[in-house]
Amino acid sequence: MRREIPIAITFIVGLAYVIAYFIPHPPFNHFETWFTDWFVIIAAFAIWLGALNLLKISALKIAHKRSDWPFAALIIISFLVMISIGFIEGYRGIYADQPFQFRDPGTAFDWMYVNVYMPLSATMFALLAFFVASASYRAFRARNLEATLLLLAAFFVMLGRVPIGDIITSWLPYKYQMSQWAAWIMNVPNTAGQRAIMIGIALGLVSTSLRIILGLERSYLGGE
Amino acid sequence: MGFWEQFGIWLAALFTIGIISFLYKDNVLYKACEAIFVGVSAGYWFVVYYWDMLYKKFYQQVTDPVNPEWYPWLGVILGVLMLTRLSNKIGWLSRWPLAFVVGATAGLYMMVYFVSNAIVQIQGTIVPLAEGTAGDIIANILVAAGTFCGLIYFFFSKEHRGAFGGAAKIGIWFLMITFGASFGYTVMSRMSLMIGRIDFLFGRWLELIP
Amino acid sequence: MLKKELIVSALIAIAFLIAKFLLPKPIQFSRTVSVIIIILLALLFFFIFILTVKGKYIGRRVVFLLVGIALLLPFFMQFTLPLQISPEVRGAYDGLASLKGGSKVLASFDYDPASAPELQPMAEAFFKYCFDNDIKVIVMGLWPQGAQQANLAVEAAMEETPRYRDEIQYGEDWVNLGFQAGNEFVIVRMGESFKAMFPRDIVKNLPYDSIPVLKNVRNFSNIDYSINFSAGKPGTVEWVQVAVDRYNLNMAAGNTAVQAPMAYPYLKAKQLTGLMGGMSGGAEFEKITGKFGKATTYLLSQSFAHMVVIVLILIGNFAFFRERMRDK
Repeated sequence: MRREIPIAITFIVGLAYVIAYFIPHPPFNHFETWFTDWFVIIAAFAIWLGALNLLKISALKIAHKRSDWPFAALIIISFLVMISIGFIEGYRGIYADQPFQFRDPGTAFDWMYVNVYMPLSATMFALLAFFVASASYRAFRARNLEATLLLLAAFFVMLGRVPIGDIITSWLPYKYQMSQWAAWIMNVPNTAGQRAIMIGIALGLVSTSLRIILGLERSYLGGE
Repeated sequence: MGFWEQFGIWLAALFTIGIISFLYKDNVLYKACEAIFVGVSAGYWFVVYYWDMLYKKFYQQVTDPVNPEWYPWLGVILGVLMLTRLSNKIGWLSRWPLAFVVGATAGLYMMVYFVSNAIVQIQGTIVPLAEGTAGDIIANILVAAGTFCGLIYFFFSKEHRGAFGGAAKIGIWFLMITFGASFGYTVMSRMSLMIGRIDFLFGRWLELIP
Repeated sequence: MLKKELIVSALIAIAFLIAKFLLPKPIQFSRTVSVIIIILLALLFFFIFILTVKGKYIGRRVVFLLVGIALLLPFFMQFTLPLQISPEVRGAYDGLASLKGGSKVLASFDYDPASAPELQPMAEAFFKYCFDNDIKVIVMGLWPQGAQQANLAVEAAMEETPRYRDEIQYGEDWVNLGFQAGNEFVIVRMGESFKAMFPRDIVKNLPYDSIPVLKNVRNFSNIDYSINFSAGKPGTVEWVQVAVDRYNLNMAAGNTAVQAPMAYPYLKAKQLTGLMGGMSGGAEFEKITGKFGKATTYLLSQSFAHMVVIVLILIGNFAFFRERMRDK
């Protein structure tokens, strides 16, 4: 029964969503409502699982005094500070004379979000700008026809999507300026390629979803 | 500007410089900022998921004085079963909520992906090829041919030889142009993010930018 | 090693403190100085070209420095660049422009502050346009930070145009329903009832039925137009798959540049009426609505950065082909 019940659950839930797509009326829309809320609640527990796992790994690192253990301590401290502030502000907001949300401007959680989480997150992603440039200089080579096509497309799009492209080609008729080339690349070959990928993924996804719902695909259940 | 606002800007600037210092080399400040990011990030999502999901979707619904609901209890039971994953003995129980999530996703995605990403896209490709200006005709032919050849490339059940191989080759060319365009846009996106950080550092913090 | 690191850190800290407390603010280069800087940069790139062709590739830190300079210096220059409006941005604008006064637009904010440099300018221009043309806006978000970003965009619009504070009434001209967890499942349920997903707003905690702008708004069929600002999943793809194809919603999208290429098939299949991609899409939208903002300001930096990357790629490839020909 360790595998049979989950397979039955997958079948019932999957079928409910498929039927609700075609018959969005009672009782099928009720199933959709319940299942959507359960999905959200389970997602919350999944995040908790991830966070607990992170704490476990960091605590083990500290206990065994592995290299970089002070940083593991920093992870735990930052995590605990953030959740403390979040829960304190949340409960303060519920019982305040004028109720407010834990993330409203002016709360400590919002301050942590704006001054700690946001700059760290934004800068982490922004670093890629430098690595993209360095990688392009060192590795982006037109070794064969395919790489040349990739390079040319990137070249036209990068130049065409900023005004400098049109300034450089301002001596040409408007139809042949860089922005028009970039637009043509995006609307024609890019659309064709993206469409092929989309349709391929969609067909693969449909067949995999069907196999999962019918219980033919069971790899998500793991081992014994 | 109040003390906390000023302190917040300086702290944000310190974190920004700490992360950027990785460009020079890996260092203690970067590692500290990275650790804080991991901890604060996990804490942020922990709190948000508690208040926006568990509290709103479960607690407020079951304790509603006018119309309390019963069905969220089953969601919480499934959620608690998810946590059994941490135990070796009863970890198999976590398959039930997992099966639920997989089933819900499979059921919804099967329909929406098939309609939006397959049927409507095929409809959009099969357009009258002899209508419009010369440019439109060429564009429509290229989109149809490119989509078709791209799909042929992804069909790996038949060897790519002869005419089939030729079509797959053309499909690769279209895909390479697609990836090149994506690369160009990715460069644009990453540069935009860095521009935002520079605006903060030199505009908001140092106040040098007009 | 640690001593060297400390010295470098101290020097950088001193440089920043000098910049903060001693330099005159703000800094603005004259046209002549800007042109000289551009010429110097061009000469620097020529020098890098010579070195690379000789087989001496410049270090990655030099590349990082070049990119940093290309991003920073344009902030102090005074050039404005001519901008063409692309058909996809025009499509997004035309969808809004075709609306009559009193029309209701659903705006979904599906991004976080990391993507704000690309999407926030579009959002601010969108609000300014709607406020000027009596278009009612219903804001919601599938990302937790999205609804907050919407509030920031409205606040920025009101700071720039103070008359909005008197003319625009919360609840009558716009409302923020906030974030709802559940990704595409939220959109599915909104197809039946907005109230089921958003029983109250998040600014004043008012019940759904008491908010004037939401009067007679039950679900998507009562919405005249929709716009989605998206940085990933859930976002434009989910909105198209559920709201557009299932509930026939009219929608335009503002995407980060990473996501934009994937949205073109939806645009061509007419599932989207318009598409604003990345910062240049935002700048075009600012131009066509006449509500200029940060996207237009940032565009010079963006242009310089692209030029740097392109020149580096060309230098690298020139050296590669020269080596290849020499080997042959």
